[in-house]
Amino acid sequence: MKALRASRMERCIGCHSCSLACARLVHKVLSWNKAGIRIASAGGLSTGFEARVCLACSPAPCAQACPTGAMAPRRDGGVMHKENLCIRCGKCAEACPVEAIFLDHEVNPYVCIHCGRCVAFCPHDCLELVDLPAKGGEAADD
Amino acid sequence: MIREFFRVMVVNLTTGKTNIVEIGGRSEFLGGCGLAALLFRKYGRVDADWDHPDQPLILTIGPLTGYYPLMSKTCCAFRSPYHNQYAESYAGGKSALSLRFADLDGLVVVGRAERLTALCVGSRRVETRDVEYMRGFDALQTGRVLRKIFPGSGRRSILRIGPAGENRSAFACINVDTYRHFGRLGGGTVMGAKNLKGICILGDRGFPLPEGKAYPKLYQHIFEQLTTTEMMAKYHGVGTAVNISPLNKLKSLPWKNLQQTSSPEADKISGETFADDTLLRNAACAGCPVGCIHVGFVREQFQANNQYLYRQVGYDYEPIFSCGGMLEVTDPGQVLRILDVIEKVGLDNMSAGVALAWCTEALDKGVITEAETLVRFNWGDADTYMKGVEFLGTPPNDFYRLLAQGTMKCARQYGGEDFACVLGQEMAGYATGEVFFVSEALGFRHAHLDAGGYSWDQKHEEREVEPALDFLVNDGRDRIVLNSMVGCLFSRGVYKDEELAAALDALGYGELNGKLQDIGQRIQCARWRLRLDMGYDPDKVKIPKRYTEITTWKGPLDVDYLDALRRGYAARIKAMGTDPRGEIDPAQYERKGK
Ligand code: SF4
Ligand code: SF4
Ligand code: SF4
Repeated sequence: MKALRASRMERCIGCHSCSLACARLVHKVLSWNKAGIRIASAGGLSTGFEARVCLACSPAPCAQACPTGAMAPRRDGGVMHKENLCIRCGKCAEACPVEAIFLDHEVNPYVCIHCGRCVAFCPHDCLELVDLPAKGGEAADD
Repeated sequence: MIREFFRVMVVNLTTGKTNIVEIGGRSEFLGGCGLAALLFRKYGRVDADWDHPDQPLILTIGPLTGYYPLMSKTCCAFRSPYHNQYAESYAGGKSALSLRFADLDGLVVVGRAERLTALCVGSRRVETRDVEYMRGFDALQTGRVLRKIFPGSGRRSILRIGPAGENRSAFACINVDTYRHFGRLGGGTVMGAKNLKGICILGDRGFPLPEGKAYPKLYQHIFEQLTTTEMMAKYHGVGTAVNISPLNKLKSLPWKNLQQTSSPEADKISGETFADDTLLRNAACAGCPVGCIHVGFVREQFQANNQYLYRQVGYDYEPIFSCGGMLEVTDPGQVLRILDVIEKVGLDNMSAGVALAWCTEALDKGVITEAETLVRFNWGDADTYMKGVEFLGTPPNDFYRLLAQGTMKCARQYGGEDFACVLGQEMAGYATGEVFFVSEALGFRHAHLDAGGYSWDQKHEEREVEPALDFLVNDGRDRIVLNSMVGCLFSRGVYKDEELAAALDALGYGELNGKLQDIGQRIQCARWRLRLDMGYDPDKVKIPKRYTEITTWKGPLDVDYLDALRRGYAARIKAMGTDPRGEIDPAQYERKGK
């Protein structure tokens, strides 16, 4: 099972191409927020950039916090968001230790599904798709 | 997707009231510089000076902003303190995408706040704050404080001015995010006159995209073209600073107040040297994978015993020309130190450097004395130039007050007009020859970006007037179309009319196919009409003697050719400015019953 890693953020130029690609290709919107990865300057442009992106935790605190099972853990780490189960309580975003879940003003959560579609749009090769060590065990269905 | 109308927020700083206005005219004006001209006709005043509180500060984006790569610029329009006529300036950073995601095609600020104020706008927000305590804050410090006041890292843009704007230096810039600027012709001064220290734009919305594969496919195609090795090598690699060496070889690099057009010393401040010795990293405007912003680094010892501080300073070709070559400062670190002060004070770097170059020559010639300049400027002496920059931002006497209104204004009073390197405003860094000089001296923005006159000079040895003028007008119009979208001019090789039409089409706005040239023409005439209405007379433009004394790779400058171009271009400008296609009746674009 794959996971997106922002492994080389010290190379980031802050172009937002990754966020725009995720929003466009995964969520079908024009946005730099409604995306699995979001770029913030670490205190003004002069100190570089950081990526807000899912770490693919296992166990996943966001899934544990979700009261309805809408944030469902993936087998080897990270989550799938099942829109039809989501009651928009925002608990997942609160639970995430790295602010990887974006809530829009209607409290819809946006989180990385580790598909890797943003990777090709990064001009500085900051992002990569890696293999997660297989966990096996109890979790989900995909 | 693309609306057929413009959604504009109008903030009145006098009354504290804000309106959202819907204005028609998308198919006539597109957006960007076209929309700005329409908005100035609606909100601006031809019969009042630049600093009248009614005069608007206008920010606009275009139909493609954010939807495609390098559609990443904002047009800023205002009546300029520099010449008291209509002017435009462009910048990127995160400003364009922030406006897009704030769901605003335009932001218009009118009125004057009673006390120093910061404005914050977003898709669900408008707020002003009293920031009187920030009076005199430099632009970097102002940015830091505004970031704290208006949180939203990564999805907001922060525009602000330094002391130069507050003190009404006529070439004060608006600093945008970090290392980007609405540089030329005094946008920062207009903010200062409005008592507006900063604007935060929160880009907090998203928009549905067209169904189907056409749009993402076209995006990918354009993205690939824009990130080809050639583009990346030029703008991303060494960056615009790469121009220093070739221009020097062509004897087209203004040097030492244009006493020379090349120098054996130029290699010391070439783009390659900057990259080797100072380049810290690249950065990009939001929505641009090219990333042309080059951030240099300079280390300074401030105490004995190995105590150092470091500065990070953005550089490009233009500031290296103006604060390097023109001042004969040939150490990249010293150039960066001057630029750092300019960044903080909040001045246009080209105007500041060129003004100080004139000062130095005027001192050398005895036209002015240290009684006026307070310090003795010497070629290459960065520390004194840094002082000079501060004087331009916060004038300590009448001399600097006048110099900060424009080098030519100062020279008219003190002497030294012949060697004031002013082409409508302090020149840009191209001593390429007759066509560029005329293009900048008479051109709409008095900028090297109005049209590619510098490139015409480099490619044409024949001295024909009409083909050169055709080129200036037609290339200018192509740039106007791109400036209405609003795309970065570095992408102009990719975004030709057909690509732009396809890009609009993929967003469900196909009806402009084949009409972009007509629209470009309308906007071109409308902009010139605005300037002529505010008193611009292209026949009266003089090109200072210094420009006739230079030698380029083509040999000595041809004064007759220069003059023929000047007269011919003036005639063309007057024709465009009186062309009925440029008449705008804003009432025609009001959306009835909305
Ligand atoms: S969204 Fe946050 S909590 Fe959930 S798996 Fe990703 S990083 Fe962990
Ligand atoms: S891996 Fe996929 S879901 Fe995650 S940020 Fe990239 S495009 Fe979005
Ligand atoms: S695409 Fe790459 S360089 Fe651009 S913001 Fe994302 S991580 Fe940074």
